Amino acid sequence: MKLRTMLLSAAALIALAPQAFAERGSDGNVNVLYWQAVSGMNPYLSGGTKEVEASSLVLEPLAGFDQNGDVFARLAVEIPTVANGGVAADFTSITWKLKPELKWSDGSPVTSADVKFSHDYCTAPEGGCAQGGRYEGIASVETPDAATIIVKFKAAKPNPYQAFVGATSPIIQKAQFEKCLGVAASTCTEQNNKPIGTGPFMVTDFKVNDVVSLAANPNYRDPAKPAFATMTLKGGGDAAAAARAVMETGEVDYAWNTQINPDLQAQMKAGGKGVFVNAFGTLVERIEMNLTDPSPALPEGERSTVKHPHPILSDIKVRTALSMAIDRTLLVAVGYGEAARPTCNLVPAPAIYASDNTGCIAQNIDGAKALLAEAGWADSDADGILDKDGKKLSLLYQTSVNAVRQDFQALVKGWWNSIGVEVELKAIDAGVYFGGDAGSPDTFQKFYADVEMYANNFDGTDPEPYLAGYLCDKIPGPSNQWQGENVNRFCDPAYDAMVAELGKSQDPAKRGELAKKLNDMLTKDSMVIVPLADRGRLSAHSNTLAGVVLNVWDSELWNASDWSRVK
Amino acid sequence: MLTYILRRLLIAIPTLLVISLVIFLIVDFAPGSPASEIPLTISPEVRAKILEAMGVNQPVMVRYGLWLKQFFYVEPLIFYDYLFGTMHAEGMQRIISYQTRGPVFNLIVERIPQTMIVIGTAYFVGILIAVPIGMYSAYRQYSWFDQIGTFIAMIGFSVPTFFTGVLLIVIFAVNLQWFPSIYDTTLQVTDWDSFLKQVKQMVLPVMVLGLFNAAEISRYMRASTLENLNLDYVRTARAKGLGEKTVVLKHVLRNSLIPVVTVIAIGIPTIFGGAIITEQVFKINGIGAGLINAIHANDLPMVQTLTFIFAFLIVSFNLIADILYGLLDPRIRYE
Repeated sequence: MKLRTMLLSAAALIALAPQAFAERGSDGNVNVLYWQAVSGMNPYLSGGTKEVEASSLVLEPLAGFDQNGDVFARLAVEIPTVANGGVAADFTSITWKLKPELKWSDGSPVTSADVKFSHDYCTAPEGGCAQGGRYEGIASVETPDAATIIVKFKAAKPNPYQAFVGATSPIIQKAQFEKCLGVAASTCTEQNNKPIGTGPFMVTDFKVNDVVSLAANPNYRDPAKPAFATMTLKGGGDAAAAARAVMETGEVDYAWNTQINPDLQAQMKAGGKGVFVNAFGTLVERIEMNLTDPSPALPEGERSTVKHPHPILSDIKVRTALSMAIDRTLLVAVGYGEAARPTCNLVPAPAIYASDNTGCIAQNIDGAKALLAEAGWADSDADGILDKDGKKLSLLYQTSVNAVRQDFQALVKGWWNSIGVEVELKAIDAGVYFGGDAGSPDTFQKFYADVEMYANNFDGTDPEPYLAGYLCDKIPGPSNQWQGENVNRFCDPAYDAMVAELGKSQDPAKRGELAKKLNDMLTKDSMVIVPLADRGRLSAHSNTLAGVVLNVWDSELWNASDWSRVK
Repeated sequence: MLTYILRRLLIAIPTLLVISLVIFLIVDFAPGSPASEIPLTISPEVRAKILEAMGVNQPVMVRYGLWLKQFFYVEPLIFYDYLFGTMHAEGMQRIISYQTRGPVFNLIVERIPQTMIVIGTAYFVGILIAVPIGMYSAYRQYSWFDQIGTFIAMIGFSVPTFFTGVLLIVIFAVNLQWFPSIYDTTLQVTDWDSFLKQVKQMVLPVMVLGLFNAAEISRYMRASTLENLNLDYVRTARAKGLGEKTVVLKHVLRNSLIPVVTVIAIGIPTIFGGAIITEQVFKINGIGAGLINAIHANDLPMVQTLTFIFAFLIVSFNLIADILYGLLDPRIRYE
């Protein structure tokens, strides 16, 4: 199937070659379907993928990430590095230069003041900026002249490509948003729905949670692009209907995130009007082990806290056995097909940070049984469930309500039962599970279960903040209203020390090595996190749409300026 | 009559207030939080700031009071300003959706036309089909026409719209390719061609909903006609030597319509409520689809405002139905 897709895209590329010189707006309209409808065009107000991606057609950062995760210049002349003097040797500042004669879609010039304003907008108090994380650690943003921006950091920042890099951190027009700082942000409906940008398209009409109508930006810096005169970005429905609209009815040219089960994928392909494209990023579906005791017998406020280590899962042998019993290849085949692949890593990409850890892929039921026996678990009362010191090996396994996750739960339960582990399953509504409400017992942070499953990834290409989520002080508990990324309650001083070292290291090779070690400490060395599948992005595009390059490191519509119609 | 209407209107005020409080509490106590819409890649500190800006953390009674003020004072004032170009509501905090971080009423105003056009047409078409079918079924009770009519009504009533909707899409959009499966909300009707296009994209959703509405109303119509056909005045009319046409279409029809009109009037709020599932299936950006989105996103202000508007419409149309009933049937008098 892979080969066929490749051949098809090669054929499409050849057919396209003469069109590389097409004029702006020569290819008419392109229809894009996001089955989760877009609710706004300001990525600073909504952290959702759909809003960030839709707005990336209009708003651009100084630099973006390409399909390999490498930084490339958008509004900047070039990527500042230590070598070209753009980044200070001690990593305490970065200097960006704007491309000459850049214009907003309304014809006014783009200046360094706009860039500085974008920072001020997102960091304004009470604005509730969703992308605040990208502007952390900045001491000041200075604009010595209209084309130069110097970002000074509070401390050395080995990865300076955060502010103004990627679709989550674009430049907005000062003149348009000046009155929308802080609390006023949500009153600026017109601005939030129709931001003026520098991207290939501009918004002509916006219907909330329904459709965005866009037209080619007359002031786009490449006079030959975009090839499409207009774009309609429709929302609504579900993933299967979106895939059907591309693959079977041909009504739509591009459908985002068509995550459907492998059977349906095959059925849709028979429609013959489009192709699926996939790419892998950092989204990993994983089982997290609770290292603390979630027993309801404990008083509220002590349940699932570091006061009480987990009676069963504190033993690494048990954790390892549980991981060994899982057939990840089968899970992927059942749940995702082409849209995922088995993994043993928490950080599966980019290549420089990805550990070569594949030990968990092969299922080993006998090995798992042997390990449990070694750990002292035996079936003394012959009821099929292992026990030790009168305690049964029984686990509560929770996840969010989701067809694929519940299939996974059932399969994993079967394997765990076969090694003598009793499993109780629980599925929680996603709104509650991910809601983070400190008053609810069912949030994934509170973790009132023995093991739980969900997926997470990190923004951009730098895993440092992600790995830093497993520091001892990021453990959720009553003292911090159960907020914190370290849901396993993992705490290892050696790990903390290594994260601190990563924060200080500037050499990419050294950073890669440290990140791999940290990844291994959480996965294969301790089995605290049991990765299952590296979930890629699966989208669909029509055979008549050329130029699609799926990018998981930035907005999926990152290169919409290069799209064109196959004639 | 006037005192009756006044009394009903006065009773409606506390009723609606209680309804609004109950809705607010139910929606608020329902599990789920708007925070679940914020991606996990956003750190807990930033997340807390976003929620703070939404005002999610305030106590429930404070939020309810604020909502009451916004709904009954600020929003009407905005509407007044819009009508007369005044600036009374300048700077006042409107009801802001958690989901879009924009005013809820902008969303509603944007969505009402689609719902009215599609669901309204479907309701109208449903009535047009149902009344003659119901009448004729009753007139020829137990004939093959009646049997088929009963069967179709049964199907329309019991097969859910998410099934008929997808079935019609598969047949007419995927296989035959006669009609589009996605409703194009950007379509502007300016000439004959665009009008045809609009009709084409309305056919499938109107068929699905029309079948459902017609099934219900035709059963009422049949029952009501049957009852009337056996009454003495019909016999009298026939004995007077009036033709069958006059007897059925003049005497029976008018009298049978009385209860049906009430049923139709009470059903009208559902037009505004939109057909949640059908709108979702055909991707019509109506009120129903908006409500379901808001529920998914735990967007309390939007859910609260929409459900309250529905409650308001249901209370008003119940009153209207009662009044209509009195007007149509002179035997009924309200004191």
